[in-house]
Amino acid sequence: MTVKVLYFARYREALGLDTETVDGEFATLDALRAHLALRGGVWQVLAEQNLMCARNEELCQLDEPLVSGDEVAFFPTVTGG
Amino acid sequence: MAIRVQTAAFDPGVEVNALHAANVGVGAVVSFIGYVRDFNEGREIAGMFLEHYPGMTEKALGKITAEAEQRWPLLRLDVLHRVGALEPGEPIVFVGVASAHRQAAFDACAFVMDYLKTRAPFWKKETSGDGPHWVEGRDSDHAAAGRWVDKT
Repeated sequence: MTVKVLYFARYREALGLDTETVDGEFATLDALRAHLALRGGVWQVLAEQNLMCARNEELCQLDEPLVSGDEVAFFPTVTGG
Repeated sequence: MAIRVQTAAFDPGVEVNALHAANVGVGAVVSFIGYVRDFNEGREIAGMFLEHYPGMTEKALGKITAEAEQRWPLLRLDVLHRVGALEPGEPIVFVGVASAHRQAAFDACAFVMDYLKTRAPFWKKETSGDGPHWVEGRDSDHAAAGRWVDKT
């Protein structure tokens, strides 16, 4: 499957990347996150406990299933308002 | 019902007055305006940058306002949020609610702000004397949002 992955705020800066396309087989967002964190170094930021995520522009939990073509986003706790 | 995400400044007075314009059925208007402070977490703040997730931001705010409209009898609900560079003293966010009676307006306004704080994809980066830093989320914001969960 192919998914588009977006990173925001502190994660975007730490990774030096705002978006990428990732190929592989990931049952859930958590599986994708684990795959990315395995890159090591700065990517460990994705192992943070208070990480938030979205699938196709909707907030979701890490156990949310993934489908090819999905847009996934990982970001730190939101701080608007 | 209006949702606006914009870099331009806005006039809170104009926004408040618009809430009861053209509707004499409105008996109550409640508004919340959030401002950039010049001091936060022990640091003097020179400025701020608000990042967001274009596309999801509007969807998330739409979901929050739709839920508020389901829970309370509202005549109008406007949400305005700025993004980009802001200076201390500038308004960041406006939530305005119009209803026939005050309680629905008070409650809906607090609900929208509590949910916006924890579910809308905005991130604040403050600039102070020791450089820029990302604002971290607060547990108290999640506690505030949690108080609405059992009130369906």
